[in-house]
Amino acid sequence: MSSNLVAAGDHPVYDYKVVRQFAIMTIVWGIVGMGVGVLIAAQLVWPQLNDLFQPYTHFGRLRPLHTNAVIFAFGGCALFGTSYYVVQRTCQAKLWGGWLVPFTFWGWQLVIVLAAITLPLGLTSSKEYAELEWPIDILIAIVWVSYALVFFGTIVKRKTSHIYVANWFYGGFILTVAILHIVNSAAIPVTWFKSYSAYAGAADAMVQWWYGHNAVGFFLTAGFLGMMYYFVPKQADRPVYSYQLSIVHFWALISIYIWAGAHHLHYSALPDWAQSLGMVMSLILLAPSWGGMINGIMTLSGAWHKLRTDPTLRFLVVSLSFYGMSTFEGPMMSIKTVNALSHNTDWTIGHVHSGALGWVAMISIGAVYHLLPILFGRKEMYSVKWINVHFWLATIGTVLYIASMWVNGIMQGLMWRAFNDDGTLTYSFVEAVQASYPGYFVRFIGGAFFLSGMILMAYNAYRTARAPKQVEAPANPEPQTV
Amino acid sequence: MSTFWSLWIIGLTLANLVLVFWVLMANRKVAVRDDETPENRTTGHVYDGIEEYDNPLPRWWFKMFIATFIFAAGYLVVYPGMGAFDGIAGWTSHKQLAQRQQKADALYSEQFGKYNAMPIEELARDQDAMKMALRLFANNCAVCHGADGGGNHGFPNLTDNDWLYGGEPATIKQTITAGRKGIMPPWAAILGEDGVHETAEYVLSLSGREHDEQMAALGETHYQQNCVACHGPDGTGNQALGAPNLTDDVWLYGGEPRDIRQTLRDGRNGVMPAQQELLKESRIHLLAAYVYSLSLPYEEQE
Repeated sequence: MSSNLVAAGDHPVYDYKVVRQFAIMTIVWGIVGMGVGVLIAAQLVWPQLNDLFQPYTHFGRLRPLHTNAVIFAFGGCALFGTSYYVVQRTCQAKLWGGWLVPFTFWGWQLVIVLAAITLPLGLTSSKEYAELEWPIDILIAIVWVSYALVFFGTIVKRKTSHIYVANWFYGGFILTVAILHIVNSAAIPVTWFKSYSAYAGAADAMVQWWYGHNAVGFFLTAGFLGMMYYFVPKQADRPVYSYQLSIVHFWALISIYIWAGAHHLHYSALPDWAQSLGMVMSLILLAPSWGGMINGIMTLSGAWHKLRTDPTLRFLVVSLSFYGMSTFEGPMMSIKTVNALSHNTDWTIGHVHSGALGWVAMISIGAVYHLLPILFGRKEMYSVKWINVHFWLATIGTVLYIASMWVNGIMQGLMWRAFNDDGTLTYSFVEAVQASYPGYFVRFIGGAFFLSGMILMAYNAYRTARAPKQVEAPANPEPQTV
Repeated sequence: MSTFWSLWIIGLTLANLVLVFWVLMANRKVAVRDDETPENRTTGHVYDGIEEYDNPLPRWWFKMFIATFIFAAGYLVVYPGMGAFDGIAGWTSHKQLAQRQQKADALYSEQFGKYNAMPIEELARDQDAMKMALRLFANNCAVCHGADGGGNHGFPNLTDNDWLYGGEPATIKQTITAGRKGIMPPWAAILGEDGVHETAEYVLSLSGREHDEQMAALGETHYQQNCVACHGPDGTGNQALGAPNLTDDVWLYGGEPRDIRQTLRDGRNGVMPAQQELLKESRIHLLAAYVYSLSLPYEEQE
């Protein structure tokens, strides 16, 4: 620590290069991942699109490519980039780790490229959200441990006495994802491209959903709450609403989330006690989840007028509204009687996307719009107006997506369980599929809206990067009381 | 579940809930009523220009949190969850399933039961019964055999009066009840590629299709040596084995020369799954009548 003891007023030069790289790749992978999403949404409306380039463009191969690209490539780059930015600025310390820092960037990009090659080739471990085969899993583990070293190394070097709440969430996310990934991916390799899970039967299903739901809970929630805790107060220029609330909801969120995965296996071979605990813990999770939303939205009290003029802040605040909505919907869907209707229907897809588009993507987009001018030494984005256009494209796209999936999901659930007086099923399966077509079309339109916003963002970012420098990149923060 | 694992589950669950509850209560001491103006004093920490207020937990949020704890406690007393403790309601998912099945059986036994005693030939001409059977067929059979029963590649056409195992009412019912496994063994190792081609030409000749005379003559030798046991010396098959008639130009796996060669080379595995446990006697009886009705002369069908 001694080398880090610097005189008062002496501030480190922050490492913005890696943040800039991740911010750009967030946009690039966002377009790729959402583009594949729009393609597979179109395949459900026009099945002949499966035949573009068989077997590589089959829905079954592109769907995991879509989920991996949006969660781990788009979301992952946003998390890496913002966490590297936030941890430096809130700890007043340059990133620790030397060559490990660029290694995490290039290592993560390699993982993504390998995923984009192997998944269309049909190489898969068939575990949802963990489809990549074992050599790539090992590479992920190495990159992730390096990430943890860089992040926690920087925390250790910090010059602030306390650790800011954003870093609790980023730290919790990094540690837990490491454990989840390593435990769930345990497998026995057969060849370079084939392995079998170390678990079997109901235990395998439970490990899979323990991982799967915590990919949501830690990757897509805790990590992005870390992002929220920096960018919302920063963009609104207001103090965080409640320190007490952040303590309570942090500890409750990270300890309760771990239990919730069993709600994916209601009415399955999983023992009844595990299903019950999964449901009960999911319900308790409502309050801790809403704690984050309250802390974000209430931070704006006294600054609501800024929403009128600042589309970046609008992205951040609307993302919190979607977060609140989907974290109400989640506990509700975990109730067994509700789940009996919603399970295996499009309602689940809609629920995931209200979180993925409304919360994860929107807060990332807001954070990147905050970052880009700083990273490229500009006063503001090339066009603030376009940010506003992007905001509406994203909001309309999300609403179209989730509303169509609610309608489809509830309709499918009701059609599947409809009986005639004589005890025969009223509808055959294909009738429910046929009835879903209008919803599939609306979902495709919603996805296209969202994607077009991302393309506009990319062009705006390109023009911002190319514009002549207006201000010096604020490599040094203003003097601060610690 | 052993006592150890039961205690392990109970211990972990309680420890986690108690700790979260403690964190909640420990941070409540600064909570003030919502209608009092919060002081909005900050904690004094500043991070990159960001300050934090020391506002209390929102009251309604605190109450909601407590309510979920109360619900959880109640639920875990009533339902299974705490390790080996079954819950005072004695509920299990197996019991729930059994109860619902019992209820459904009682409710529908009258609907289906009245047809149990009716012979299949008669049932096949009963319009009401066939309407019910059509819905059963649409939900249980159409995925493979097609909505119209016209079959698919590898799944027999049920409307053409050509039967692999026989079209008698009792045989149809047996097929649905216990299922069938139709196995054509692979012959590539025994016949060789030339032999496969020659035999295929002979098989084509059996149904009077265009074929190469010379090769068919060679193929006949292979046929007499290897195929007669199941398909019979004249190629008309054997319904006791489910060996198809090769003389009628009806093809389960395609009748193109290359399809026939693939069948000979690699063999085929046809599976009709048994429905005994799934659909039960009354529904199977109705479905057998429906399948029987599909190949009745058109004017006799409902």
